Amino acid sequence: MTVPLRPPRRLIEITVDGEAVRVPEGDTILDACAAAGKDIPTLCYGDTLTPKNACRVCVVEVEGARTLAPACSRKAEPGMVVGTATERARHSRKVVLELLASSVDLSTTPRAAEWIDEYGADPERFGPDAATVAQPAKVDNELYVRDYAKCILCYKCVDACGDQWQNSFAIAVSGRGFDAAISTEFDAPLTDSACVYCGNCVEVCPTGALSFKTEFDMRAAGTWDEDEQTQTTTICSYCGVGCNLTLHVQENRIVKVTSPHDNPVTHGNLCIKGRFGFQHVQNVGASDG
Amino acid sequence: MDLRFRDAEPAAEERAAIDALLGAPESAWEGGARTEDDLRFAAQPAEDRRDQLLPALHAVNDRVGWISEGALDYICRRLNVPPAEAYSVATFYSLLSVRPRPPRVLHVCTDLACQARGAGAVRRDVEAALGPAGTSWQPSPCLGLCERAPAALALQAGENPTATVYGPADFSDSSAFDWLSPAGSVAANDPRNVHGAADGPRENAKLVGGSQETADLADGSRETAEATDDPGKTADLADSPRETAETTDDPRKTAELADGCREVAGVFGDAPVRVAVPQAGDAGLVLLRRVGVVDPASLDDYRAAGGYAALRRAFELGPGGVIREVLEAGLVGRGGAAFPTGRKWEATARQFDRPHYLVCNADESEPGTFKDRVVMEGDPYSLVEAMTIAGFATGCSRGYLYIRGEYPRAIRRLEHAIATARVRGLLGEDILGQGFAFDIEIRRGAGAYICGEETAIFNSIEGYRGEPRSKPPFPVEKGLFGKPTVVNNVETLVNVLPILKGGAAAYAAVGTGGSTGTKLFCVSGTVRRPGIYELPFGATLGELLSLAGGATGTLRAVLLGGAAGAFVRGDELDIPLTFEGTRAAGATLGSGVILVLDDTVELPPFLLRIAEFFRDESCGQCVPCRVGTVRQEEALHRLTRRRSAGDLVVLREVGQAMRDASICGLGQTAWNAVESAIDRLGVFAEEAS
Repeated sequence: MTVPLRPPRRLIEITVDGEAVRVPEGDTILDACAAAGKDIPTLCYGDTLTPKNACRVCVVEVEGARTLAPACSRKAEPGMVVGTATERARHSRKVVLELLASSVDLSTTPRAAEWIDEYGADPERFGPDAATVAQPAKVDNELYVRDYAKCILCYKCVDACGDQWQNSFAIAVSGRGFDAAISTEFDAPLTDSACVYCGNCVEVCPTGALSFKTEFDMRAAGTWDEDEQTQTTTICSYCGVGCNLTLHVQENRIVKVTSPHDNPVTHGNLCIKGRFGFQHVQNVGASDG
Repeated sequence: MDLRFRDAEPAAEERAAIDALLGAPESAWEGGARTEDDLRFAAQPAEDRRDQLLPALHAVNDRVGWISEGALDYICRRLNVPPAEAYSVATFYSLLSVRPRPPRVLHVCTDLACQARGAGAVRRDVEAALGPAGTSWQPSPCLGLCERAPAALALQAGENPTATVYGPADFSDSSAFDWLSPAGSVAANDPRNVHGAADGPRENAKLVGGSQETADLADGSRETAEATDDPGKTADLADSPRETAETTDDPRKTAELADGCREVAGVFGDAPVRVAVPQAGDAGLVLLRRVGVVDPASLDDYRAAGGYAALRRAFELGPGGVIREVLEAGLVGRGGAAFPTGRKWEATARQFDRPHYLVCNADESEPGTFKDRVVMEGDPYSLVEAMTIAGFATGCSRGYLYIRGEYPRAIRRLEHAIATARVRGLLGEDILGQGFAFDIEIRRGAGAYICGEETAIFNSIEGYRGEPRSKPPFPVEKGLFGKPTVVNNVETLVNVLPILKGGAAAYAAVGTGGSTGTKLFCVSGTVRRPGIYELPFGATLGELLSLAGGATGTLRAVLLGGAAGAFVRGDELDIPLTFEGTRAAGATLGSGVILVLDDTVELPPFLLRIAEFFRDESCGQCVPCRVGTVRQEEALHRLTRRRSAGDLVVLREVGQAMRDASICGLGQTAWNAVESAIDRLGVFAEEAS
C-alpha cells in the first residue's frame, strides 16, 4: 500500500539544546525535537489529532518568550532557539506531573511512572487531603468503560468523537475548572446518547480512562497481562473498506482491537464492527468447553 | 450534521422564549410541528447559527430561571448543535443552571472589595435566612459594584426579567427576603407587582439601610431630578422618542425607547451612576466628563456635550489618519495588558482576509474593577461612537459588544443607545452620509471571568465554551469566526474620542512619556470615598488615595491591578501610577484596581478569597491552572491554620509552573497577588522558616 506523499516543503533551521536541526516548514517543535532525538513527554498530544496543548507536560523554553511553549503545537520558526531541558522547562514538567498524579489515577498511563521518576516529581507533597477526581467507573454498556478517575481532561476523546474524526458529538467537556468532566448531555448514560460505539475515543485515550470492557474486567480480575499478549494486524472482513485491525490476543482470546495510526485507511479509527465485533471468532467456547 | 436527540419536549414558555429570539421554526427538521411537507423534502442545510447558542440559553434562563433538558434539546434542533456540546456550553457559565431552581436567584458578592467591607456578615445573614447556597442564592465573584460594597444582585426570571441591585446590601432584617416566599416569587413574576416594587423607594431604603445619603440616592424620582437640573430638559427627553416613532413602525420598540429615556426598565434599587464618580462635574475630567452630568439616555444631550465630533474628525482623517493619530497619541490598552492600540489597529487594518471584526471587551470581571460599567452606564453613546471610529479605522462593518451578564443596567443603557443611534443614522448602512456601514451587536456574558480573555471572548461569542485559544495565531490574523479581529477594552476605546478631538499631540502631552493620557482608577475597599477617579498618568498612589479621602483606618496595604495584580505596602504611596512606574515597583497597574486595605482587614482570608476566585474561574483547559489553582487554595488553607515552610515552597513551585506553563493570562497571573503578599507584606512570615 502506498502512502500519498506530501508536497515538498522548504527546510528551516532551528536550534534545539544547542544543536542545529533542519525540519520542514510547518513542523512543530515536537517534530524538531524528535528529529534531534530528544524524548519529550506528551499526554494530550495525539498523532492523529490536532494538538490541543492542554496538558502542558511537553513545554519547552523558547528563547525570548515570556512563557514556556507547548512543543506539540508550536510551529518551529527559522532561527528559533529551543531548550528542552532548561531549569524552567523541567520545573514546569515536574509540577505538571505532580499536579496530575496527585489528582488523577495514572496507574494505567503508559510511561507516567517513568516520567515521575525522571523529573523527581513528588505527588504526595500536596498532602493526604489534596482534591482528586476519584469516582466510580461508569459501566453502562457491554463494549467499553469510562473510568473518569483516570481522566486528565486531554480532550482527545472529545475531538475524536467530534469533528476531527467520528462526527458523532456524543461527548463534550462539561462544567468548569477542576469540576470539568467529560460528559454526555445531562450526563446521560452512553446507551441514551449519540454514541455509535466506534471506540475511536478508546483508541486515543492516553491514560486508560477509556478501555474495552474486556480489558476493564480482566484488570479487575487481575488477569490482564500485556507481556503475554500478541498483536496481529489483519484486515477487517466486515465490509470492503479494508480497515487494518490489530488484534490483541491473550491466552488465545481477543482482548482488544486497535488499528495502526499510520494506516492510510483508518488513521487508527474503526467502526463498531471492526472494533468490538470480534466475539463470533471465539464464541465456540460456550458450547464446547 | 446528523444529530441524535433524546426527545425531551420543551415547555410552552421555553419554546416561546426560544422562538422569540430565533423566530418560529421553518419545518419539523428544525423542531417545528411535523407536516406532510416535511416528509417529502429533506432538511435544508441549516444556516450556521451556532453563535446564537449563548443568546438562546440566556433566553430560556431569563424566562424560566434554568435550562431543562427539553429546552436544551429544542435549542439544539433549532441551531443544529449537538446536545452534548450545548450542555457543555451551558454548564460553563455560572449564571446559567441546568438544574431546577427558583426564578429569583440572589447573587451575593463575596469577592475582594466586598469582603473588605463586610460581605462576610451579609453572607451569614443570607445563609441564615435562605439556607445553604446553591438554589435561591449563590456566592458570587465580583459584581463590579465595588463603590457600594458589600453588594448583591437579584436576578428574576420571567416574561420581563428584572434585576435588583443591593448596594450596600443589608439583609439583617428578615423582611428583606419577603420576595423569596413562594407567594412572593409568583407575585414578583407579575409585571404589575414588579412595577409596584419599583415605585417603592421605601423598600429600597430599607434594603440599603444605613445612611440617609444612600437612602436618598436609592430614590428613583430624585435621581432623574438631580441628574437633569433643568425640568425643561426632562420634557425634551421624553419628546425624543416621539421623533423616533416616526421612523420605527413597531410600537413596541418605541415604548421601550421611551422607557429607557426616563429610567432603566427592569433594573431596581440601583443608585445613580454619579454615586460612583466622586469627581463628577469636575471641569478637568476627560473620559468622565459627561458621566453623572449628561443624561445617558439622550443622544441630543450627548451631541450637545461634544458627542460625535470625534467621528466627524475621523471621517476627515480617513482610516489611515485615525490609526496614525492613535499611534502618535501613544494610547495603550486599558484592559490590563497595555498593548499599543494603534499597532493592533494597524495590524488588523492591513489584513487581506475579510471581513474584519471589532470586539469591544466589556466583560469587566477582574475583582475590584468597575470603570467600564460606570462609563457604559453614564456615557453609553461615547462607547457607541468610539466603536464606530474603531470600526472605521480597521475596516470592520460589524462590532460585537460583549458585556458581562452581571451588568443589567449597562446592558440596557447600551441597548437603548445603539437603537437610538441606529434610528438617527449614526449606525447602519450609511453613517453620517459618509458611505460607511457599521453596526453593533450586544452579546451578554453569562458569568465567566475567563471570557474577558481576548480569545476566550471569541469562543464565547461563537457559541463555544469560553476557553482561551492558544496563540499564535493572534486575533489580528485569526480572531472571531477565524477572521482578523481587533479586541479593545471599553476604556481604551473611549480614549480615542479625546485623541481625535484634541489631536494626538495634545493627548500625548498629558501623562508621562511611557503612559499617555488619563487613566480611570477603580478605588474600593476600606477607603472613605470609593469610586472611579480619573487622573492623568503620573499621579502617585498617595495622591490618588488622598483624593479618595484616605483609608478608613490605618492603611495596611493596597492591591494594585485586582486579583491578578500585586500588593504594595501602606508605606509605598509614592509609587507613580503609570505602566512603567508600577512595573518598576514590581507591581502592575492592570485594569486600574486600587483596592485599599486598612488594619481591620485580615490578610490570610483575603488571600484565600483570591485563590478561591482563580479556582472558581479557571476554565479547566490546561493542567497547571486547573489543578494548580486548587493546590494553591489548599496550601493557603493549611497556612492559615498553621505556618509551614513546606507549604510556602509548594505555593512558590506551583505558582512558578502556573506562570510559565498556563495557556492564558488567568493561570499565568493566578499566583501574582499571593506571591506579593508573602514577599512584600510578609504574610505567613513568622515561624515559617
